Amino acid sequence: MGEVSTPHVLLGLLAGGSRHGYELKRAHDERLPRARPLAFGQVYATLGRLERDGLVATAGQDRVAGPDRTAYALTDQGRDTLDQWLSTVEPPMPYVASTLFAKVVVALLVADVDRARSYLIAQRAAHTARLRELTAVKTDPSATLSDVVAADFAIAHLDADLRWLHATLGRVADWHREVHP
Amino acid sequence: MTQLQARGVVRAYGPTPALRGVTLDLAEGEIVAVTGPSGCGKSTLLHCLAGILRPDAGEVTWRGHRIDTWSEAARSRLRRTEFGVLFQFGQLVAELTAAENVALPLLLAGTGRREARTAAFTWLERFGVAEVADVRPGEMSGGQQQRCATARALVTEPRVLFADEPTGALDTLTGEQVLTQLVRLAREQRTAVVLVTHEPRIAAYADREIVLRDGLVDHTGLGLDVPLAGGAR
Repeated sequence: MGEVSTPHVLLGLLAGGSRHGYELKRAHDERLPRARPLAFGQVYATLGRLERDGLVATAGQDRVAGPDRTAYALTDQGRDTLDQWLSTVEPPMPYVASTLFAKVVVALLVADVDRARSYLIAQRAAHTARLRELTAVKTDPSATLSDVVAADFAIAHLDADLRWLHATLGRVADWHREVHP
Repeated sequence: MTQLQARGVVRAYGPTPALRGVTLDLAEGEIVAVTGPSGCGKSTLLHCLAGILRPDAGEVTWRGHRIDTWSEAARSRLRRTEFGVLFQFGQLVAELTAAENVALPLLLAGTGRREARTAAFTWLERFGVAEVADVRPGEMSGGQQQRCATARALVTEPRVLFADEPTGALDTLTGEQVLTQLVRLAREQRTAVVLVTHEPRIAAYADREIVLRDGLVDHTGLGLDVPLAGGAR
């Protein structure tokens, strides 16, 4: 599962009616809490490309004290594109590609078991600390359901990584013998 | 302030050692996860701390008093008044309704029938299972049973709750709902919790984690003192 497709998310945020770039950024950060916040430049650049491709169109402009307040609306073609995206299932883990995995492999190739093991232990500590932070976010009485669902996503993935880190720690010595027969 | 202490606790089952010298402090209102692989001794440690099992060697002290030398009757009294115990499943009395089950520890502690019943309803409401108040465990879902058991473990407002894999038999969502509520209420009433689990995501609810391996404390805390790549979060 790769990077989030910002163009499709923006199309989705425009499905309810036209919005300015600034409103889109705010809606994005609110609906996808704990995502990497969108930069304004990225919003405008993406809108420019979507307009070029005919997926959005400008829908009026009100210039208030200088800043550009161009509103954008979804076109029919944009609505089709969004619909198609929503109907497509994401390929589940098409490649086993993770820096965690690669780092252990490289540690085994260039160094010894202890190097790989100390990396795994440090990574496990970092994962555990982050897991605790996100659990605190989610159990805070003021957490919204958006916060909870977003935190849950990260928690489930951290949990899976932790299981892998733990199991790999138990296998790293045998694995090293396989890599260096 | 430390209220429960284990010092060099050793315990074996026949020739098989389960704990080989465990030392641990539990402060008032603190939530501590005890984790580790299967067979590491975490449940045995919980049983020793709760005064259910007596260690073969070492000491367990509660507010400065050695409880491992107390009689079974004295330890049982302590468990009724100061401690709450929660297991994975199967602890409700089958013949009693949910409300009667939750009221039971209060009745045993001498609370009046009417007052105990009112408290039981309050606690069932807190765990969102007031609708099964008059239902017996056999007619409840697993999640409802565990919510009732949790309510029963907290109804006496114990100073320490001992929870051994309390969500182990529940699906992920139900388990997390029960645990979130348990932790929230424990914090509200300053009940310390010893949470035994083998799942990192459950341990993450605690303030602190103690990892056992082969009957010894392997490591604790797991605070982050390593640099993150790119300073990223």
